[in-house]
Amino acid sequence: MRIGLDVGSTTLKAVVLDNDDNIVFKSYERHYSKIAEKTVELLKRIIEELNIDDYVNISVSGSAGMGLAESSKIPFVQEVYATRVAVGKFIPQADIVIELGGEDAKILFLTNGLEVRMNGSCAGGTGAFIDQMSTLLNISPDEMNELAKSHEKIYTIASRCGVFAKSDVQPLLNQGAKKEDVAASIFYAVVNQTIAGLAQGRELKGNMVYLGGPLTFLSELRKSFDKSLNTRGICPENSLYYVALGAALMSQEEAQNLKSVIYRIENNSYKGEFISSSPLFANQEEYKEFIHRHNSERVLYKDPDEYNGSAYLGVDAGSTTVKATIIDEDENIIYSKYLPNSGNPVSIIKDFLIGFYDKYPNITIKSSAVTGYGEEIIKNAFQIDYGIVETIAHFTAAKKFKPDVDFIIDIGGQDIKCFKIKNGVIDNIFLNEACSSGCGSFLQTFAGALNYSIEDFANLGLFASKPVDLGSRCTVFMNSSVKQAQKYGATIEDISAGLSSSVVKNALYKVIRAASADELGENIVVQGGTFLNDAVLRSFEMEIGRNVIRPNIAGLMGAYGAAIYSKNRSKGESTILNKEALESFYHETSASHCGLCSNNCSLTINTFDNNRKFISGNKCERPLAKKNGVKQLSIYDYKLKLLDSYKPVKGPRGKIGLPMALNMYELLPFWYRFFTELGFEVVKSPKSNRDLYLKGQYTIPSDTVCYPAKLVHGHIESLLEENVDTIFYPCMSYNLDEGLGDNHYNCPVVAYYPELIAANVEKVQSINFIYDYLGLHRPKDFIKKIHGILANLYDDISLEEVKKATDKAFEEYNLYMEKVANMGKHYIEYANKNNLPIIILAGRPYHVDPEINNGIDKLICQLGAVVISEDSIGDNLPQVETNVLNQWTYHARLYSAAKYIEDKPNMNLVQLVSFGCGLDAITSDEVMEILESEDKIYTQLKIDEITNLGAVKIRLRSLMEALNQGRESK
Amino acid sequence: MKDYTILIPDMCSIHFTLFKYIFEEYGYKVEILKNEGPSVVEEGLKYVHNDTCYPALLVIGQMIDALKSGKYDLNKVALMMTQTGGGCRASNYVYLIKKALKKLNYDHIPVLALDLGSLGRRGGFRLTLPMITKLLVAVTYGDALMLLNNQVLPYEVNKGETQSVVDYWLELLGKQFRAKKGYLKGEIKRNLQRIVQSFEKIPRLYEVKPKVGIVGEIYVKYSKLGNNHLEDFLVKEGCEVMVPGLMGFLMYSVNNRIEDVDIYGGSKIIRNAAALILKYLNMYEEMIIKAVKKFSSFKAPSPFPHLKSLAEEVISRGCKMGEGWLLTAEIVDLIRSGYENVVCAQPFGCLPNHIVGKGMIRKIKSIYPRANIVPIDYDPGATKVNQENRLKLMLAVARENLGTEFNILGEMKKSPESKGYLSKLELKTEKSK
Repeated sequence: MRIGLDVGSTTLKAVVLDNDDNIVFKSYERHYSKIAEKTVELLKRIIEELNIDDYVNISVSGSAGMGLAESSKIPFVQEVYATRVAVGKFIPQADIVIELGGEDAKILFLTNGLEVRMNGSCAGGTGAFIDQMSTLLNISPDEMNELAKSHEKIYTIASRCGVFAKSDVQPLLNQGAKKEDVAASIFYAVVNQTIAGLAQGRELKGNMVYLGGPLTFLSELRKSFDKSLNTRGICPENSLYYVALGAALMSQEEAQNLKSVIYRIENNSYKGEFISSSPLFANQEEYKEFIHRHNSERVLYKDPDEYNGSAYLGVDAGSTTVKATIIDEDENIIYSKYLPNSGNPVSIIKDFLIGFYDKYPNITIKSSAVTGYGEEIIKNAFQIDYGIVETIAHFTAAKKFKPDVDFIIDIGGQDIKCFKIKNGVIDNIFLNEACSSGCGSFLQTFAGALNYSIEDFANLGLFASKPVDLGSRCTVFMNSSVKQAQKYGATIEDISAGLSSSVVKNALYKVIRAASADELGENIVVQGGTFLNDAVLRSFEMEIGRNVIRPNIAGLMGAYGAAIYSKNRSKGESTILNKEALESFYHETSASHCGLCSNNCSLTINTFDNNRKFISGNKCERPLAKKNGVKQLSIYDYKLKLLDSYKPVKGPRGKIGLPMALNMYELLPFWYRFFTELGFEVVKSPKSNRDLYLKGQYTIPSDTVCYPAKLVHGHIESLLEENVDTIFYPCMSYNLDEGLGDNHYNCPVVAYYPELIAANVEKVQSINFIYDYLGLHRPKDFIKKIHGILANLYDDISLEEVKKATDKAFEEYNLYMEKVANMGKHYIEYANKNNLPIIILAGRPYHVDPEINNGIDKLICQLGAVVISEDSIGDNLPQVETNVLNQWTYHARLYSAAKYIEDKPNMNLVQLVSFGCGLDAITSDEVMEILESEDKIYTQLKIDEITNLGAVKIRLRSLMEALNQGRESK
Repeated sequence: MKDYTILIPDMCSIHFTLFKYIFEEYGYKVEILKNEGPSVVEEGLKYVHNDTCYPALLVIGQMIDALKSGKYDLNKVALMMTQTGGGCRASNYVYLIKKALKKLNYDHIPVLALDLGSLGRRGGFRLTLPMITKLLVAVTYGDALMLLNNQVLPYEVNKGETQSVVDYWLELLGKQFRAKKGYLKGEIKRNLQRIVQSFEKIPRLYEVKPKVGIVGEIYVKYSKLGNNHLEDFLVKEGCEVMVPGLMGFLMYSVNNRIEDVDIYGGSKIIRNAAALILKYLNMYEEMIIKAVKKFSSFKAPSPFPHLKSLAEEVISRGCKMGEGWLLTAEIVDLIRSGYENVVCAQPFGCLPNHIVGKGMIRKIKSIYPRANIVPIDYDPGATKVNQENRLKLMLAVARENLGTEFNILGEMKKSPESKGYLSKLELKTEKSK
């Protein structure tokens, strides 16, 4: 008899094999982190059912099994390896195994060189991810599977991590996308993540086997894999038990008495240490004092039955909840609702309004405002008077509680918003980005996974004696931190308290990145649903060592602020749909693609009664065909057109391909002219888009590298498709020296990505792939070097020819830079003449790619600003004394641009940062310091393969609003 | 500066202990920081941009934790950090420390940039030529001790004996340094011979263990704090561990000056100077190799020129940021020397390692199909459990490979010297004389 246990992150599985490898017992259940108890139960059941009283072989496997194995001295088998053993035994013809578990994803290549891959530390696309998404959709994973069967279209959902995906999914829901389509899109996101994260340059071909919970239970997920990989994988019988089977097969060490195994588990599993912090409350008195203090911050509620007259509505259509508040002339709340956003905020607000109109016919809504993720659709659906950005709504509300508030922190369902207020104007805004994601829904997901409601779960932590120190990283890491703590006997109470404080730490140290409470401010108002948890609030006060104000309506502040905002701007009559109009209210959605440009945005078309339409999903205003008379000037657009104008010219030496990625963006004029002069037909790779990215995805070896680098793979594939026989993509340690810094390096990724392409894209072996090391910073040496390289391939190329081509190439490059600078000058003049704000959208030359910048430049234009870039300021750039090593060419421009705007009141700088850019960890701090010394607001936008611009919009709108206010106050 | 206590974050403990002796010989009071624990990471998270690489975060966290411990007079304490050049962001460590100190209002605490490359030209801590020479000698001893310790510890019969030999030598070398001895060529040779012999004398068990090499970003490769005690874990799991020495990295750094001129053009004077220094470093490495080969059956380090040639089949030597081509070459060298299982340790999001580490694994595996390489990311959020699970997967494959290999080799006669790639598994011969 051999027993195999598989303790996964969420489930416990067991298999018992007889001596002929037949399964005589199997069991699969969730363990809710009570691993030791559940294991003991299970083993007892095995003893009973199989009548075991002699010695048996047993081993344990699974990501959460290591601790159990250690403490109970059962042999441990690594789970991927266990899978391999079991598959080898039961499905010998398998080539590839894809196994998804609760928190991990694995691919095993069994033939042509054994390779086993597990998800790295970034782990989207696992069972937990699917659970998280189904919670968001308010359905079970099985229902999600059912829905997906009747999908019509697939949306792009960022799959790298749950946070990104959420910020893609939520707006889709808010904009009215069909749940069927969203469900199917989520499955495709999982597929993409698996391929991108795990295949790492190996093609998935051959007999495919699907294992693990998600792939067993979700037929649509299997179909998505089949479709994407163009194959038909099998999901064998017992697909849930392969790890356990492997463990059973591997259990060949000395036999053990099961009863003594049980004894060891029971007695040894709770030993060990975990790192803990001090309790939130030492005793009940402390807690009472705390509650008393916070109960004093109140807005008054008035009874609407006793009120006749004008009222003002504020709606906060948040990501996970919808809040609506109606206030009277004295700003007392007369009616409010706090409802879960079950995917359709429109019907929620409709019910809210109808309920209010019916109950209180004597109260008239005189003005209304809406804020939050669902702002646009609610505004359009119900013809709300004002749509305002969340930061303004919250600030308006906070002032009511503390007129001299100087810091507001709002932790909501899935975003953290913090802003500093200086001189009555929002001065600096912090929003959470990827990898800084511990928000309310994070707690909720955890509570759900452990089978608690969020309120009960959070309250458990109040009197925990040893709150677990969990650090402050993303959900995935957090799960394993919790696992580790549980291994050492942390209780649910300790974990609850630990999670509450990790939410706080995340906000403080990752989002705000504050070193001390003094950096925040003196009058801090906290709000947002998450702060309604006393444990979170207490952790926050403890962490910053200062008391803060939590209004009694902490969860309603956005809506309340919107109501006050609308009252202050009331025109006497509201445009909001009245009772009669609501009776004939009608709402339907359909999906479509824009097709007006290469972005090909997925559009959701909302149709309301009277043929009113609202289109969402668009990155720009073109499908809406709106015009506002002001020219939209973006240098990004201009540069793109300029680069586009370098068209291939047929030449005697044949085609040479240039991948339009990374540093090629700026050096294109140089290389284009250089090779055209030498008689090559210069073929650029096509414009980036999602499909191009997916085309190259399978050869990306490091999934944490920045998106611009990942795109290189797609560009190379595209060039190969165009049958070029030579691709030119040189390694360049150095960039051109522009004299702005102490050195002129490229970043390591830009410098050496060609090496990575050569090593991972097998197809380049069959053509001339020129990826030699070149340096344009020493033209004379360059000529010799490049001549040597080319002469090797084309024996008729003379040094003289190369020399001439180089001269021309430098001319072309300089001309290009001059054109950009001239256009920049022109834009600045136009802005100055028309009194428009100017935003320097700083980043790297390759951020010009719309697939990389997500159309942010256009978004800024729409907000009424002129967009220029660092390199379009021309030769007026000053050299800056920096506190860091100023040694990269592109980054030196950044510092200089930040310095340049010092004395230009209408200029501000917004920095684009690609996720994973290590150098920007250094530059962004430095740029912030420069800007703050100039009394300017620093705005950083982190971009990745995300398609959602919601958070970006909030930031930019808040920035513009702050600039306006700043101007007004001057 | 001589009345200050200079705090240096630990990296390779053996080497740094020896460095300390040398600083002390020159009248500096030095303390190697070994504080660990959650407060180190927490301080780092507080005062360093969280997307900065993990080593910066740890080192700065460790320094601040030490400063706040109350153990030091803050008016009489200084911090020391190496200043590297090059296009990797690691070149910004010293600046990041200064920034953190400013946030803490500790700006008065001096930060000494230890800049071997520029001989203090960039205004760092002024190292004199004799001092540099002595530090290089310390690297030589350190590399030898680390190399031998790694090869003996897993097999020792009497627990703790290897460590006591290491301790003995650290103490003895300290004594020699204080007596201004142990630096001359003859002295080094004699010391190395005795070091090798004293390790050779330690009784060892005849056992076949999986052999694991560690490469990576220099800090997490060596530092226990950085890699969650990776070496200890592997030894506990029954492996023999090989960590390529520090001298290789120094030679790589110097060699980059030569490559730079060869690739992009530039001053021949610099090139020649670098070549001269390289030759000098080479001499030290040769001494280790000779001593190990002559007086023991241990595996000697591969000479640097050999590593250069190994890099060539995978990556260009123009790739010079961070650990650059050296990391790739070390993987190949380890595989060819019988350490087919390789842990590639890097901070999460390490830029050069996207290329030279993770980016080269596929190519290396296509040349050496049996290579069993696992990249492990280190960062404040990564947990030991997760890392160990991945390591265990690598070890499971390693043991399987070992099993098949052992069957083949069981029939062969034991060949004490491993030659080339095919006879990877050296059978340990008990040679205690």
